[in-house]
Amino acid sequence: MTFVNWLKRNLVVIAGLLTLAYLLLPNVVVTVFSFNNPKGRFNYEWQEFSTAAWQDPCGVSDLCGSLSLSLQIAFWATLGATLLGTMIAFALVRYRFRARGAVNSLIFLPMAMPEVVMAASLLTLFLNMGAQLGFWTILIAHIMFCLSFVVTAVKARVMSMDPRLEQAAQDLYAGPVQTFLRVTLPIAAPGIAAGALLAFALSFDDFIITNFNAGSTVTFPMFVWGSAQRGTPVQINVIGTAMFVIAVLFVLASMVISNRRTKQKA
Amino acid sequence: MSTLTEAPPPLTPTAPEKKPPRKRGRLVPYWLLLPGILWLLVFFALPMIYQASTSVQTGSLEEGYKVTWHFATYWDALSEYYPQFLRSVLYAGSATILCLVLGYPLAYLIAFRAGRWRNLIMILVIAPFFTSFLIRTLAWKTILADGGPVVGALNTLHVLDVTSWLGMTEGDRVLATPLAVVCGLTYNFLPFMVLPLYTSLERIDPRLHEAANDLYAKPATVFRRVTFPLSMPGVVSGTLLTFIPAAGDYVNADLLGSTDTRMVGNVIQTQFLRILDYPTAAALSFILMAAILVMVTVYIRRSGTEDLV
Repeated sequence: MTFVNWLKRNLVVIAGLLTLAYLLLPNVVVTVFSFNNPKGRFNYEWQEFSTAAWQDPCGVSDLCGSLSLSLQIAFWATLGATLLGTMIAFALVRYRFRARGAVNSLIFLPMAMPEVVMAASLLTLFLNMGAQLGFWTILIAHIMFCLSFVVTAVKARVMSMDPRLEQAAQDLYAGPVQTFLRVTLPIAAPGIAAGALLAFALSFDDFIITNFNAGSTVTFPMFVWGSAQRGTPVQINVIGTAMFVIAVLFVLASMVISNRRTKQKA
Repeated sequence: MSTLTEAPPPLTPTAPEKKPPRKRGRLVPYWLLLPGILWLLVFFALPMIYQASTSVQTGSLEEGYKVTWHFATYWDALSEYYPQFLRSVLYAGSATILCLVLGYPLAYLIAFRAGRWRNLIMILVIAPFFTSFLIRTLAWKTILADGGPVVGALNTLHVLDVTSWLGMTEGDRVLATPLAVVCGLTYNFLPFMVLPLYTSLERIDPRLHEAANDLYAKPATVFRRVTFPLSMPGVVSGTLLTFIPAAGDYVNADLLGSTDTRMVGNVIQTQFLRILDYPTAAALSFILMAAILVMVTVYIRRSGTEDLV
């Protein structure tokens, strides 16, 4: 009876943890199979333990080249989308202007559109313009679909900002530029950072839109896609595992640092 | 990724705050908007127009395409590819329902029961995003492999009998069946369900639960009458964030499915990138866009949370 009661009380916890396990299972498989020594071209069946791929992560031709291309594109796309998106977010929150509804729709629609539709229509434009598909077309596409997410992130932060802080700065004889740099920007910074992080993640991992608009240029997700047809090298798992570990460590470190800061202040 | 949990920006104009009249700087908002809006107009809106025009063109790759208002392309595309359309709706719908059923307990756990583990679980929900989703989807090929432990367990529990009766699997296989595709879609878009659900659950005042308990409501009644209705904004935005990308997806159907599980995304991709039949591809893409916009609008109206979008 007590066990049944315990089960009843914790049913939602058990179900939640099972869902979490479902979410994390593929990452466990990716990690375990990064130590595999597959017999054939495909790394889907466990053979024997080996650290060969970890010792030579760039051993497969074009893999690290595609990785560095993806990082470059993600960097520039993040920079572009964050800059343009932050400007839009400030305009939306801080100013009154005509056609606000139209602007809001234009920002919402890319987030409500299946990627394949945006990908196909953008390719039609590039084909009609006779544009050379490659680095620049990928970058243009990435800035386009990251922009809306940055606007949403920054807007949420700027909206929750107390306008009296800026008024206080102005009362203390700070000019508009000084107010912006010393008060507004630092307060908006977490929103901008969240938007930038999101843009980076979206751009780095994008496959569908890139696949349509890349021509013969190969980004990292496109390399993985190609290898699913030709044969999956173990190095793909090595890079997947490394990215996962680096991301978790990065987040944990930033949490520890911010915990310390709040303790020091208190 | 935490920003995904924010509701999409309101389409209806929000009442601007009263500001002291500015003498200079009336043009400031327009200058701030100009580059970004121009970018979206040229690379998002204009392509839609190009696509619409491409869909009514006829011709061939060699001779070039001309606008001939050939609307029959739409009819041909629909009559030829309606199974793929139906499959997209079916698979994406199943995945969305599964995401809701699986994601709700997890979001509830994070919001109310996790205590000091809350941040850690949040990180674990978001962290898989940092491994390329294609690599993670390929891992499902290993997990669902023929004769593997998962398929064996499902067989012993007679789950596969039920799914094959439903037409979701065939024989002892899971890989290359609709079930594998739905499983992959569910997996890929689950965080997009969990995060908005968590945001709206977290906003619920715990005293409302206490009040319901004090009034002798059973836990199930508390959930049905208090928790679930208050989490509706999260349910609506979660289902939208799951259904829309899932309906247009072709990665899961390609990697985990077979030729019998092709979705409309697969057709658009092959028509565009391999067969180079641009009018058909554009028409299909246009139909998909229109169908989703209609469905989303009706859904938002029905769910009564118009302020969401």
